[in-house]
Formats: sequence, structure tokens, C-alpha cells
Amino acid sequence: MLREEVDGPTRRTLSYTTRLLGTLRLDGPLLIGIAAIALYSQLILFSSSGGDWESVLRGSIRLAIGATIMLTLAQLRPATLRRITPWLYGVGLVLLIVVDAIGYVGKGAQRWLDLGFIRFQPSELMKLAVPMACALLLRERALPPDLRTLGLLAAIILVPTALTIVQPDLGTGLLILFAGTLVVVLGGLSWRIIGVLAAIGVASAVIGWNFLHDYQRQRVLTLLDPQADPLGSGYHIIQSTIAIGSGGLFGKGYLQGTQGQLEFLPERTTDFVLAVIGEEFGFVGIVVLMGLYLFVVFRALFLTSQMRDTFSRLLSGSLAAIFFVYVFINAGMVSGLLPVVGVPLPLVSYGGTSMVTLLAGFGMLMSLYANRKLAG
Amino acid sequence: MSLGGRIKDFWREQHLFEQRLVLAMVIIAALSVVLLLRLGWLQLVKHGYYTELAEGNQVRIEALPAPRGVIYDRNGVILAENQPAYQLELVPEQVPDLDSTLRRLAAIGLLEEEDLDDVRRTIRSRRGFDSVPIRLRLTDEDMAKFGVHRFEFPGVDIRTRLARHYPLGEIAVHAIGYVGTISDSDLKRIDREEYAGSSTIGKVGVEAAFENVLRGRNGRREIMVNARGRSVDKLGPLQPELKRSPGEPGQDLFLTLDLEVQQVAEAWVKYRRAAVIALDPKNGEVLALVSRPGFDPNGFARGLTRSEFKLLNEDPDRPLFNRTVRGLYPPGSTIKPVVAMAGLEYGVIDPLEARFCPGYFSLPGSRHRFRDWQPRGHGNVDMVTAIAQSCDPYFYALADRLGVKRLHDFLGRFGLATETGIDIGGEKSGVLPSAEWKRKAFKRRSEQVWFPGETVIFGIGQGYMTSTPMQIAQMTAIVATRGQHPVPRVVRATRDPVTQRVTTIKPKFLPPVKLQNEAYWDNAIDGMRAVMQGGTASRAAFGAPYSIAGKTGTAQVFTVAQNARYNENAIAERLRDHAWFVAFAPIEDPKIAVVVLVENGRSGSGTAAPIARAVMDAYLLRKFVVPTVTPVTDTNNQGE
Repeated sequence: MLREEVDGPTRRTLSYTTRLLGTLRLDGPLLIGIAAIALYSQLILFSSSGGDWESVLRGSIRLAIGATIMLTLAQLRPATLRRITPWLYGVGLVLLIVVDAIGYVGKGAQRWLDLGFIRFQPSELMKLAVPMACALLLRERALPPDLRTLGLLAAIILVPTALTIVQPDLGTGLLILFAGTLVVVLGGLSWRIIGVLAAIGVASAVIGWNFLHDYQRQRVLTLLDPQADPLGSGYHIIQSTIAIGSGGLFGKGYLQGTQGQLEFLPERTTDFVLAVIGEEFGFVGIVVLMGLYLFVVFRALFLTSQMRDTFSRLLSGSLAAIFFVYVFINAGMVSGLLPVVGVPLPLVSYGGTSMVTLLAGFGMLMSLYANRKLAG
Repeated sequence: MSLGGRIKDFWREQHLFEQRLVLAMVIIAALSVVLLLRLGWLQLVKHGYYTELAEGNQVRIEALPAPRGVIYDRNGVILAENQPAYQLELVPEQVPDLDSTLRRLAAIGLLEEEDLDDVRRTIRSRRGFDSVPIRLRLTDEDMAKFGVHRFEFPGVDIRTRLARHYPLGEIAVHAIGYVGTISDSDLKRIDREEYAGSSTIGKVGVEAAFENVLRGRNGRREIMVNARGRSVDKLGPLQPELKRSPGEPGQDLFLTLDLEVQQVAEAWVKYRRAAVIALDPKNGEVLALVSRPGFDPNGFARGLTRSEFKLLNEDPDRPLFNRTVRGLYPPGSTIKPVVAMAGLEYGVIDPLEARFCPGYFSLPGSRHRFRDWQPRGHGNVDMVTAIAQSCDPYFYALADRLGVKRLHDFLGRFGLATETGIDIGGEKSGVLPSAEWKRKAFKRRSEQVWFPGETVIFGIGQGYMTSTPMQIAQMTAIVATRGQHPVPRVVRATRDPVTQRVTTIKPKFLPPVKLQNEAYWDNAIDGMRAVMQGGTASRAAFGAPYSIAGKTGTAQVFTVAQNARYNENAIAERLRDHAWFVAFAPIEDPKIAVVVLVENGRSGSGTAAPIARAVMDAYLLRKFVVPTVTPVTDTNNQGE
């Protein structure tokens, strides 16, 4: 049907595009989904930054850098990815320890490694390195993994997670934990063990509570009762739920969100940008964005299902799923379902290196898909 | 499931992975539904609730203070008006650290260190969301100073407000009064809602008495504020609809004061402690009301610092004290015409009967001599001469014959020791002594007895009797009009500034004073005419083209306020008698009654009478004579 409706020149353009994408090892639908989200993000960035073209420009540059990295990684062969995995993990771990040490000496929160020309966040690297390392290990083992393998996996995941959480950066730490865990679960971890681990998780959460920083604990408490401290830690959640709720079905209109424009909404360009969308574009605007996200996630999961290599499909499955985890945690915290843990809205929140990491992940995913038929 | 050595089973792994992948998709779909439910709850179900919260966030209601009514004199000269002025205002709930903010404002010189406590108290007494003025009338320099530091002071801003301005400064200040910063005690009696956005309130005089008329009704408008509470007008593309309700401007007032007469009176007592009142005896309209020294009411409207106020308040000459309605002085001889009428009313004296005045009076069986002011005495005097010469022994004897009760009752009918009811309020009532009064006034038994000698000096307005100049003016008006009893007033009309409709306020009268024989008035008035014709104040009537009735008086000073700042010279000055003069003119058709009191002025005829003459000339002849030289007399101590 479609074939018959498009005319000759259009068909030629289409086939040319397909060929180009094939050559670049990119997946068209996935690329379109990502591009749509990126466009959406620039549109809302203009509003959330209070009409600041400079922010939009910087956001676009960051997008371009991310896209370049994605394009580059897409060209790598899975074998190359596998080869660099241990190095990536090793270097990431060392840098994490260095950052923690500097933070300890400097008596303050430390996430960055200032290399002079660029500020580099090792925990971002670990978001990719941990699932890669897990997938690589599971590729060598029979699945579902046995206990010894699980022990090794636990070490691979928990050490960088712990090092990140003590920085302190609970959000990124959790994302690393999820990224690794997703690989293991996708690898076929038995339900009994998942049950046991869940129990251990709950227990350690209770114990971990005592080790949380005050502000982290406060965030959890705030979620339970935001009104307890409306001008303090509850402020973010109160203001963002007001913004979203007052948006209604169709929103107040572009640039007309009072919560955002009058700066009642904190961190409106970064972690709480979803509230600006909800306020100005309403429920419809959020549903559109969620639709784009789900399209990207399901497309990525579909691509994953086509892969035959264990490393490839575990890694890309994890990358696809973690993308949704981002969305869920961020939307959950902005709408008051989850505590404020500092997870950005993927590809839409301004700043930080998470956009680069995400696009790098998609680059790898595309590479893995493009080479799905290659063995070993 | 055995440990180790297992080989990879590709198909099994494939199957397992696909299972997990499907599971992941299901979970993702489920969580997406959860998110959408949550957002739907917020955006669709609770939309109204959150919309209200958002509006509460961005919209503040700001009061638009109504412009205060303008005050004019009887001929339309502006006495009090409004001028735009810049002031520093603070919204308490938007200030993160009040103490530090105030300290830093003081550090850059926008507040006085000594005023901080007052400012703090003011702020505490206001509602958290009201804009509280903390400094009125900023100079250009102050504004520039604040402009540089503005970002350091969230919640503090400069506002344009209409500030009260008195173009004539000290002139008629005790009649007009002034507006000042709303104080704690003011706040207790006013509705804060009505004063939201205003920083000042009428404190005394017309400004206080007609506060409700002058103030009008506040309007309000919604303003958009950002998260830091700064008002933002139409921020770029964000243009919500903001409501606005206009208020009602305050009513303008027309006073009874005649500014030109007022200015003449002011000029004559400029360097004195004195009170001058001129009124229309037929309707009680006050033509001039002077209490000196005065002060510049603009200082109060601007907001005095603590030390500025202290200086005014502790000035030994008491510039803030309205002598016309609050100053209590023995009325002295000014009441003699009325005492004479009391004698006629009660039939204890024949007005034509000449009595010998030896220069003193003694009660029967007593050797104590009540002395005349004229040591030689006045010889044979009838009633008219006694008034004209102000012969004390004549009135000592008359008072003795009348007795304290009748004297008290009769004088009481002339409104003495009763507030006159003047519309600016704040009056003292003074004392009209009687045996009963003395029983109540004194605690000690021995002091409660009324002595006959006290009746004697009561007859010449000395002793316990005290009156305000306003009471004496009212009494003079009663005599002038042969019994009409007008209530003095300063405001004659209001005008709606929108419709320009003028509403006249009707003059008020108390029940007239009726004597058994109308002719008794003539005896008193003839006496007062004689005062000006060959009597004690004849010099002051020289060349007057209209007939004047007058009466001089001196009031002995009993005590002096103890104040360490007086030097001996000054104390001596302040022990001198107060000089009184009352008059009305023309006698046939009284148009003006004047009362002059000069503290420590010593001589009613020499000091007070010429002032009254100048005031009458000003009003009746539109002839404005002001002293050409600074009237420094022997009685005035310029060192103060």
C-alpha cells in the first residue's frame, strides 16, 4: 500500500535515506524518536530558561556533541566494545576512587573530575561501563548465572554504586545499580534469587537509612509529607505539583506558565523541566512526550530482540530499559510519586553529562543492532 | 541446576531472554500507566485546586491608598495637599532575615540606627504580606543608594506614594494638625484592612478629627509577583489578567480659617508662647487659631527620627502643645464682665451704685487685704468703670456677696470648665471651683474646706479657676451676641473631589444663655466698650473705625514646670503673669471675637491688646499690619 502511494522521486529519496542510515549503522525510527525528543527539549528549554537563546544554543551544542558521540560509537564493532569493556570499567573505577578521595580531602560533595579543559563525571562513565561489564561476564558464562557468577556480578555492580552514593550522588548511584541489575535480570536470574535479593534489598534499605546523609533522608521524608516543610525540602515537590496540576488538560500555553516563568518552580531547566511541560502544554503535552519516550524504549527493545549475541542483547536490553527507568524516576519525583533523587529527564533536562551518556548508549545499541548477525 | 562446567545452551538462553524482554515490556507499560494515572490525577481531577494554588503563588493583592482630601482655608487657599514621594517599603514575609536586612539598611545610611527598634515594632505590628513603609520621603541620593544595593534586599522596594505636604509649614499647624506614621496605639483602634498600604494617619487637629472624611476608601489591585516576591509587570509574553478595583478619594475640607487673618495673628506672636483665637461670634467659625511656638508638620509627614522627635517633644517651650484648647490658665479679669452680670442676675448689686475702691478689700472680721492691681485704688467706681478700670476690690466684694455657689453656677452657663465642643477635639475642660469641687479635688480633710477668701479671688478669675483660651473665646462670643452659644468649629464644608459637590456643615449651637433682663448684657458690654474708651486698653483701640468691646486680664503664674534646663533668668521670666485680652467688634453687629493669651506677657493691655487689634483690623478692614521689627520685649527671653 505504502509503496504504491509514494511516487518515484520520493521513493528514491526514501531508499537513499535507508541506504545512508545503513551505511552509518543507524536505525531510522529510533533516530527519529530521539530527534523528536531532542527538538521537544529545545522548545521547552527556551521557555524554562525564561526565553534565553543562549541556553538554547548551549543545549543544541550539547546535543550535537552527544549526537557525534552516538554516531561514532555506532561505527564500532561489538567485538571492539567487548574489548574495551574491562578497560572502561577499570579506568572508571579508578577515577571514581580518585574523585571520592578528593571529595573526602575537600570535605564536600564531589562528583566532578576537573581536567582543566573539561569537567568529567566518572559516575556517568560507570552508567555504561557497569552494564557492559556485566553483559561481558554473562556472555562467558552459562545462563542463568550460577552463584559464583552472581557474586562476581554483585561486586561489579555494587562497588561503583557504593562509590557513587558516597559522593554523595544517590540518583546516579541508583541508576548504576539499576543498569547492572537489569543486565542480570535480563540474563535470566531465577525468580527465587530475585526474591531473596529483593528481601536483602529491603533489609539493606532499612539499614542503609542510617547511613544516608541528612538531606537524602529529608528527601524521603519530604515525599511522605511535603507540607511538613513547605519552604524547605518540601518546596520542590509542592511547586512542581502545583505547576503540573494547574496546567490541566491543555496547559496554560507556551511561555504562559506562571509557576515556571515567575520562578516559583526550582530547577526548572534541569530536573524539574517536566513540570514546565505539564504547566504549559498540559496533560496532552506530557502524554505526547511520554509517547515519544515509549516509542524510543519499545523500538530499542525491539532492536534488542533481534540480536543473537548474549553481550549485545543483554547490554542493549539494559540500555533500553534504563532509559525508561530514567523517565519513570524523574516523572515520578516531579509528580510527587517518588522522592527527589536528582535523576534528570532523559534528553530533555538541560546540562549535565547525562545526555551525552544516554546518546552514547544509543550509539552502542545501534552498533550492536547493525552487527546483530555477526557472531562472536 | 548444577554448578560450574555447564555449557551454554543457546536456545534455552534465547528463550529465557525473550521471556525476560517481554516481561520488561509489560512492566514498562504498567509503570507508564501508573505515571499517566498520577498525572491525570494532578492535571485533570485536581486541576482546579492546583490552579488556585498557582494563582495564590503569583498574585498578591496590593492596596491602592486613596488620595487624602485636600484642606483649604475659607477662601480656597491650600493648607494641606498630597505630593508624590518615594518611600522605602518592606514586605515582612518576603524578607529572609529581617534583623540583618534592617542592620544592613542602616549600614548604608537608609535607616537611622536609633530608629531600628521602632521600625522593627512597626513591622511586627503589621500583617506579613502587607508592604510596610520603613522610610518615608527618600531623597534622590537615597534612591540611588538603594538602587545600587537593591539586589541584596529581597522584599524591600521603593514605592511611589502620595505624601502629605503642608505648603505653609508652621502656619495654623495647631488647627490643621498633621499626619504621622501609624503607631502601635493607632493600630489598636483602626481597622488594618483600611490602612493597608498607607503609612500615615491623622494625628491631631483637623487631620485627626476628620480622619475618616479625609482618608477615603482604599482601592486594591492584583499584582503579579515572582518567586522572590518582586512585583513584575507584564513579564514579556506572560500576560495574565489582573483585577483592579478603584477606591474612593477622601473628601476635601474647607476650613473656617481665614489664612490672611491667621498669618497676621501668627506674625504678632511669632516669638512668644501664646495663643490667639479669632472667631465669628454668631456661628462659632474659627477665623484664626494660633498656638505658639509651632512646628513644621511636614517633618511628621516625612517621618521624624527619634532624636528629631525628642527635640520637639522636650522643648521647654512645648511647640507640640496646643495652647488654644489644652492650655489651662487662670482667666483673670477677662471674666469680670460675666461676674458683673452674675451680680445683676442675682440682684446683689446696682450697676449704677458707685462703690469706693481703696486699693484693697478685706472680708468682714478679717485683716487680710486682697489687693487691687492698682495700689492707689480707683476711688468711686460704678459697674461700667469697675470693668473699664478692671477694679479688683469691686469684684472681690461682688464675689463675696454672690457666694461661690452662685458664681460657679453662673459662670458655668457660659461654658466655662466645659469643653467647648470644637470640632478638632483634644480639649481640656479646666476648673470652675465650688465647695463641692474642692471636697472632691483634695484628699486631705483640712484642704477640703472652702474658705470665703477663695470666693473673693474667684471673682477676679484667680485661685483654682482655670480655662482654656477656647473657652474664653466662646464666653466672649456669648457676651458679644447677648446669649447665643455657638460651638466653635474649624471645618465648615466638605467637597467630594469627584463630583465637586460641596456639603456645608451646619453650625452648632448650645442652648442660649438667657438672663432675667436683657439689659444686663448692656451693662457688661458697656463696661467692655469703656475698656477701649478711656479704660485699660484704650491705647489699643486708637483710631479704630469700628466700635470695640474688650477686656484685659492678667493671670498669676502659680507654678512653673520643673526643668533643669532653665537658668535663673529664664525662671524669673516664666514667673511673670500671663497677659490676656478678649474683645469683639463691632459692638452693634459683632463679626469677630478675639482672645489673646501671651504666656508671661505680663500686661494684658500692653502686650495682648495690640495683637487683638491687629487681628480685628485684618478681618474687618482687610488691613494686614504685621510687626515690622521682631517683637522682642522685656518679657521675652531670646536665649531659649
